[in-house]
Order: sequence, then structure tokens, then C-alpha cells
Amino acid sequence: MQRFSFFQLALNALDRHRAWPAYWRDAQPRDAYDVVVVGAGGHGLATAYYLAKNHGITNVAVLEKGWLGGGNTGRNTTIIRSNYLWDESARLYEHSLKLWEGLSADLNLNVMLSQRGVLNLAHTLHDVREGVRRVQANRLNGIDGEWLSPEEVREFCPIIDIDARRRHPVLGATLQRRGGVARHDAVAWGYARAADARGVDIIQNCEVTGIDVAGGRVTGVQTTRGAIKAGKVALVGAGHSSVLAGMAGFRLPVQSHPLQALVSEPIKPVLDCVVMSNAVHVYVSQSDKGELVMGAGIDAFNSYAQRGSFHVVEHQMGALLELFPIFSRLRMMRTWAGIVDVCPDASPIIGRTPVDGLFLNCGWGTGGFKATPGSGWVFAHTVATGEPHPLNAPFSLDRFTTGALIDEHGAAAVAH
Amino acid sequence: MLLIPCPWCGPREESEFANGGEAHIARPLDPAAVPEADWADYVFLRDNPKGWMRERWMHAQGCRRWFNLVRHTVTHEIAAAYPPGAERPPLPGTTA
Ligand SMILES: Cc1cc2nc3c(=O)[nH]c(=O)nc-3n(C[C@H](O)[C@H](O)[C@H](O)COP(=O)(O)OP(=O)(O)OC[C@H]3O[C@@H](n4cnc5c(N)ncnc54)[C@H](O)[C@@H]3O)c2cc1C
Ligand SMILES: [Zn+2]
Repeated sequence: MQRFSFFQLALNALDRHRAWPAYWRDAQPRDAYDVVVVGAGGHGLATAYYLAKNHGITNVAVLEKGWLGGGNTGRNTTIIRSNYLWDESARLYEHSLKLWEGLSADLNLNVMLSQRGVLNLAHTLHDVREGVRRVQANRLNGIDGEWLSPEEVREFCPIIDIDARRRHPVLGATLQRRGGVARHDAVAWGYARAADARGVDIIQNCEVTGIDVAGGRVTGVQTTRGAIKAGKVALVGAGHSSVLAGMAGFRLPVQSHPLQALVSEPIKPVLDCVVMSNAVHVYVSQSDKGELVMGAGIDAFNSYAQRGSFHVVEHQMGALLELFPIFSRLRMMRTWAGIVDVCPDASPIIGRTPVDGLFLNCGWGTGGFKATPGSGWVFAHTVATGEPHPLNAPFSLDRFTTGALIDEHGAAAVAH
Repeated sequence: MLLIPCPWCGPREESEFANGGEAHIARPLDPAAVPEADWADYVFLRDNPKGWMRERWMHAQGCRRWFNLVRHTVTHEIAAAYPPGAERPPLPGTTA
């Protein structure tokens, strides 16, 4: 791998940047691998990278039915934070946030992490109590968190309307200063490039159509580019996780829903933090290009169409204007949707499956981008050793039988 | 936006309805007797099909009655609507 540096930048400027090498090889599928990872989103690519880096397992293929990062990784609103209520989630997301803080250097690619602070607004007395409690829980877990009064909210983010006569008055907010956003594509590219440099084959346009199981053990996968044998198979298919599990003969507690997002026309810098509101369901930040990046809640029905209904966007825009009347004349440029795999307790599933050698990482739903590095880290451990890492042990599939749910639905503020 | 044919009120727009998820999930008749795994099955596990799906909807801002739809989860095409307890129409292209 050619390392990026200021020196390389200057050198390549001499021939007008025509000699930069490709980020990764266009690998062709081989007959067999030690580990096959299904899904080249951020989580699958991070898994492959940490398998190689932390565990020395490099005979690995990452299979992707479309293009790398073309799933939810390339469609999300990129909010990063770790201020979850429950201990299990707090540890997992905080591990991830710590990895984010060193990620650009580790991958030698700028993922443009911008720790601009994340506000979670409170509009009711219940929201206030929940927010104060969450800040305290976060602090006990060693995670930074502050409670802001309405005036402090206005100081931190002057364009929010905190008028008490509003339909959804701002009664305060939690603030995690280390939270922020990152460049989603760069995360996928950075992990792909770094994994490729360690020998991982990244194979795009290769859809897994079947999972081979013999005597209760996984032996390989069927793909649109032929059969591939595998010692272990790791499923990281996000919205398609139920389809993949079905190929191996078991069902999951997840449901696939469209989640929509949109961007406005670019405007001058006006919003230098991330604002989220659970009650009215809007989350917004401003990109470096100047566009407002906004997300809605999930569409209620099951879908694999990467397309949602207009009334969901309309509802979300109403909430935005309630908080920021200043945006009322903005035009929207693009809307799109991803297919998110929602778990009943809004927490992921990371661990073993009923099939030996087959591992599962899914259920991140509307909020897994922030977890990309940590998820890959603990999942690589799980796949390499056959045992969960202490951080993901509570997130096993059998929690739905034992009842040990990690219920972040109402607890974690908006689940993004 | 879906145009949903309520069996009682006719076609209405989606925003009048509440989605109730996968249809025909039967509660075990004797909950105390079922093993934990079966209970987990009933409470949490779902088919989540990519293709034709039977799902429940409620006409929340209309007649407030529940019914079932046969809808495709990729094209969003609606093949049939039928009241609870009615005979299940077959999924398009199958006899089941
Ligand atoms: C609109 C929107 C906004 C969001 N906002 C946020 C946010 O602000 N913050 C946050 O933390 N999270 C957010 N999320 C959630 C986040 O995007 C996801 O949780 C995360 O990106 C999941 O990463 P992944 O790698 O698991 O999935 P993906 O990136 O979806 O990767 C899965 C890959 O598997 C591939 N695949 C599926 N089936 C097969 C098969 N049979 N064979 C081969 N390949 C297959 C898919 O093509 C896909 O590329 C948002 C999501 C959406 C849609
Ligand atoms: Zn009706």
C-alpha cells in the first residue's frame, strides 16, 4: 500500500495526480478461504481489517452483491456518539468512539471525523428527566456528557428557537462534545484499502445466493460468481440479514424497514453542531459543502426497496421547521433511503448462530454507523476465536430466549 | 406513499393507517406450557420476507378496524386485502 503523506501529495502533484494507485485490487474469487465475510459495508470491511490486523487471519474474502459501501454505510447521516443509557451499550459504543478518535492515523486515510458536539433536545418534563438521568449514567461509565439549560442550548446553537410558547419548547438538552460526524464513504474506502493491503480479497458484484451447511457446520457459500468454500462465514448484511439467515435455515428477530434521509441546497455555515430530537424526530447537521443533512424516522412497513413514503419526510421537515424557523425557505436537493434491520430492543446482534462456524453481526437498525470500528473489532474477535469478546457477549442472539434484552428503544435518545 | 384498499372503506392513503407487522402469528394457547424457545419464537422471531408478505394494518383514521394485506416488499405492489378470519388468498404465483 502506498502510504499517503504530505510528501506523496507534493510528489504526485508533479505529474498532476495521474499516478495514484487504486485503493484496492479488483480481486477475483478463489475456491476457498479461511473466512468469508458477506457484505462490504463498513462493518464487514472493518471485520476483515481487524481479522487481519488483530488476529493475523489474512486468507479472507469480503463478498459484496453491489458496490462496496453502497448499502447503509453510504446512505446514512453519519452521526457519531456514545451516550447510550445502558452499561452494555455504553461500553460498546464508547470503545467504538475511542477507535474513531485514532482511525484516520490507523487507516492512513482521512475519515474526516469532526467532533463538533451532539445535542439531544428535551421537549417535555419526561425528556428532561430522561436526559439528566442519561448524562449521569454516561458519566458513571466514564463517558463525557453535560446537561444544558435552554439558555445554554441557545448559546451552543444560536439558531435553535427556544421560545417557550412553541409547540415543542426546548426545555434543555444533553450534550456530548466528543460526538460528531465523519465522512461515510471514506470510512468504507479506508477499511477496504487497509484490509486489501493486508491481503484480504474484496470482491464486488458477487451476491451470496446460498449458504452450505453439512452436519450442522458451515462449509461455504454459493454466489453469483460460483461456489466458494470457507472455514468460517461471517454475515454482515444489514437490511438483508433475515434473507441471509434464511439461507442457513434459521429466523431472526429483525425487521427490514426503509429509513429516509435528505439534503438541502448548500448554504453558508450556520450550524456547527449536530442537533437531534427524539420527541419530534429530526436530526440535522451541516456538511462541509454547506448542505443540511437530515434524517427521518423509519417507514412503518417492511420493505427491501430502498424507497420510502413521502409523508414520513413531510413529518420530519415539519419538525425541523418547528425547531429552526430560519430554514423555512430552504430547498431540498435529494432524498433517498436505506434498508435498516431493526431489532425489538434497538440493540445489535453480534455473535454465534445455531450453525457452527457461521457468525452474525446485524440488527444495527438506524444507528450502526457510529459503531463501525467497534463492531468490526469485537466481531473479528468473535470470528477468530469462536467466542464473543467481553464487549459483545451481552449482544448474543439467545438474549431473545433468555429475556436479557438491552432495551435502548426509549433509553438511548434517537437511535441514530 | 401506498394506496391501501381498506376492506370496509375502499382505497385510502397510507397516512391514515397504522402498520401492525407480520400477520397470522398465533399466540400459543397455553403460554405456561410452552418452552422458552417457542415463546421467543412467538414474541420475537419473524419471517421478514423479501417478496410477498402478509401483514396487518389498522385503519387508524378511518373505520379503526384491523385487516390483512398481501403486499410485495420490493415493489410495494398490493395483491389483496382481506378481513381477519377470512380465508387467506394465495400469494401471487403460488397456491399457498
Ligand atoms: C438514512 C439513514 C441514516 C442513518 N443515520 C445514521 C446515523 O446518523 N448514525 C449512525 O450511527 N447510523 C446511522 N444509520 C445506520 C447505519 O447506516 C447502519 O447501521 C450501518 O451503516 C450499517 O453498516 P453495515 O456495514 O452493517 O451495513 P451496510 O453498509 O448496509 O452493508 C451491508 C452490505 O451487505 C451487502 N449484502 C447484503 N446481502 C448480500 C448478499 N446476499 N451477498 C453479498 N452482499 C450482500 C449489501 O449490499 C451491503 O453493501 C443510518 C441509516 C440510514 C439508512
Ligand atoms: Zn377503513
